[in-house]
Amino acid sequence: MRPKRKQRLIFVTILLIGFSSATALGVYALQKNKTYFHTPAEINAGSVEQDILFRVGGLVVEGSVNRFDDGVTTEFDLTDTEGTVTLRYKGLLPDLFREGQGIVAQGKLNADGIIVAQEVLAKHDENYMPPEVADALKASGASHPENIPKKNY
Amino acid sequence: MIPEIGHFALVIALCLALVQTIVPIIGAQTNTSQWVAVAKPAARGQFLFIIISYICLTYSFIKNDFSVLYVANNANTALPLEYKISAVWGAHEGSLLLWVLMLSAWTYAVTIFSRSLPNNMVARVIGVMGFVSVGFLLFTLLTSNPFERIFPVPLEGRDLNPLLQDPGLVIHPPMLYMGYVGFSVAFAFAIAALLDGKLDSAWARWSRPWATMAWVFLTIGIALGSWWAYQELGWGGWWFWDPVENASFMPWLVGTALIHSLAVTEKRSSFKNWTVLLAILAFSLSLLGTFLVRSGVLVSVHAFATDPARGVYILMFLAIVIGGSLLLYALRAPKIKSIGQFELVSRETALLLNNVLLLVAMFTILVGTLYPLFLDALNAGKISVGPPYFNAVFVPLMLPLVLIIGVGPFLRWKKAGLAETLKKLLKIIVIGLIVGAALPFVVAGKTSILVVVGISLAAWSVLAALYYLFKNVFRGESTLSSLQRFKKIPRATYGMVVAHVGIGIFVIGVTFVSAFEEEKEVPMRVGEKVEMSGYEFGFNGVKDVQGPNYSSKQASLSVLKDNKLIATLLPEKRTYLVQESPMTEAGIDTGVFRDIYVALGEQIDHEAWGMRLYYKPFIQWIWFGAALMALGGLLAALDKRYRLKLKREKVAIASTDNKQTAAPVAP
Repeated sequence: MRPKRKQRLIFVTILLIGFSSATALGVYALQKNKTYFHTPAEINAGSVEQDILFRVGGLVVEGSVNRFDDGVTTEFDLTDTEGTVTLRYKGLLPDLFREGQGIVAQGKLNADGIIVAQEVLAKHDENYMPPEVADALKASGASHPENIPKKNY
Repeated sequence: MIPEIGHFALVIALCLALVQTIVPIIGAQTNTSQWVAVAKPAARGQFLFIIISYICLTYSFIKNDFSVLYVANNANTALPLEYKISAVWGAHEGSLLLWVLMLSAWTYAVTIFSRSLPNNMVARVIGVMGFVSVGFLLFTLLTSNPFERIFPVPLEGRDLNPLLQDPGLVIHPPMLYMGYVGFSVAFAFAIAALLDGKLDSAWARWSRPWATMAWVFLTIGIALGSWWAYQELGWGGWWFWDPVENASFMPWLVGTALIHSLAVTEKRSSFKNWTVLLAILAFSLSLLGTFLVRSGVLVSVHAFATDPARGVYILMFLAIVIGGSLLLYALRAPKIKSIGQFELVSRETALLLNNVLLLVAMFTILVGTLYPLFLDALNAGKISVGPPYFNAVFVPLMLPLVLIIGVGPFLRWKKAGLAETLKKLLKIIVIGLIVGAALPFVVAGKTSILVVVGISLAAWSVLAALYYLFKNVFRGESTLSSLQRFKKIPRATYGMVVAHVGIGIFVIGVTFVSAFEEEKEVPMRVGEKVEMSGYEFGFNGVKDVQGPNYSSKQASLSVLKDNKLIATLLPEKRTYLVQESPMTEAGIDTGVFRDIYVALGEQIDHEAWGMRLYYKPFIQWIWFGAALMALGGLLAALDKRYRLKLKREKVAIASTDNKQTAAPVAP
């Protein structure tokens, strides 16, 4: 083979191996690690199976926050005004976690129909609503539009 | 009045940017020297007017001029002065102004440091940068004017986002933007060379220091962002694979590939096509980063803007820049000839592998970041792709990269013997493996396969880099003394060594902290003691503290080891009065080998508080490693050779210039 061709062959082979292995790796990892978002209404309708990791978003129901005796586990209800689900979370809640606040949680459904959260996210701004929550509320035709504030920049 | 001056200055800057784009490029293409000569004054004038505009906005912040909407939204009379100044770039409009300020500053730098380059080349470079500037100035003026007034004028401002009230965030965005925007210089050089139709090693040498400097700033910016997140978010993490972090990390990965590929183009006249594409890609990703962050398409704390018009504009601008430069590339590519040839085992191949791995890593991050957005846009369901995905794809790609880092510098250009090179490095390999096996036991008394792999690789990259330096100082073939050789080693080589040592230090930090960190989330009563990682945490109580624009609950914890007090930590929970948002200020005892980190949670009853305790071994090494990488880049960019060659070229160009000007005069 002429050196020029040989060089090109090296070039192309390395590129091909690199990109194909990365694609394989990426697709595999993506399949394993993506999590779907569901609204409380969808969960009530039974669209989520047990022991599968997913995300849920909504407003924390006023007066529903209940702390266990161990001091670090909390249970609370989450609503999109159409459906309501109960979450349990062991750990310290984020600063902005409040009743009436929009949050997103990631977790799995247990046998009792309670979502055991591994992560609870509340955003750092009183005007800010996670887009998923805002959409979920909009989709359910939320009766309290004032609960869907927008960042007014 | 002052805001109007600022606004007007911005409009003048836009006009100058238009001139700076059109006139010099036409001048260079038609070889009209009067038109070419417009480039530098136009660029400097633009810089001046953007400075004026920027000062006006800063002045409005300092004077609490709440009739300016942007000031009213992002400041408050109680905001401390340093945060008033940094609030200028605290949100969308002002950060764009900072963007164009940096762009014109880089352009100004080009006008200063390019005296020895051919005039036509400089004119094209400045013209391309002018085009980018036009895009961003128009964007600022049309969709995000920071000088917009409101009426009625509010008495008090809404205050700066409390998350941004931290020293780390004062310098993080400017550094990051310096990096982002810095890649526009390498981009402009690539486009200028394509316009000229001449891609030679001189072009690579000219753009190399610029690309390296941009990379240095980006490295510092990303590291500062990570350091800030660690201090401020109260979760003790240093990297979250947040889309906004990814947006800055992708140009960094491509920039890293670019500075290595430029080396091949300069030294061996090879990889030319590839280098041009990397320069275009690095800047495109910087623009994409701006788009992702500024359009509000992401679910993220950083995404301040939620105006789709802005997103559409940036997307169109992105399409023009990427599409235009790729079209130009396609037209010119057949003419580009890479001369240098190389064998399978050679430094070229090692650098090629480096490039492929970095690009593939970038690609997987791009997919993970954009895939959820695509699915969402297609209404195919809302998904999120979290850290497990990124760790699963990124780490395996980086392991071979670190392997190559060690061996690469020892390989000769063109053709090298792998067995022979590895034989030379056998000692280093063995020592690296021993360190990898032993160090975890010394540090933590336990180990795992992943830790051994990580530490061995880290030790390998540190030791190999130092060995390379050692060999050059003590084993040179010439008759010089070691000291003479030491002095003769180019700064670029030191830069390479320091940066590669930095990678090793970084990997050590990452490996240890992810393998051996410990955390506890516990309710603590006043007077209670909790034991973790050999440290005893005693809770002394909570008191109220008043800040300038916040009130705070400050806890006090004594940290004891072997019954000796080593630190008193004061984690806080602040409530910023205007936005009523709570913020966690962690209490951190920083050390070379470990950090102790305490975050205050919520109050459980009248004397018990939730408390988050962390033990973070070697975490500071992460940022120290990043700092070394940046220092290495700086050393490389300041290499004497660039200046020496500049001088030599100046003489050469001066003589050709004389001939050219002399020609028409001759009969």
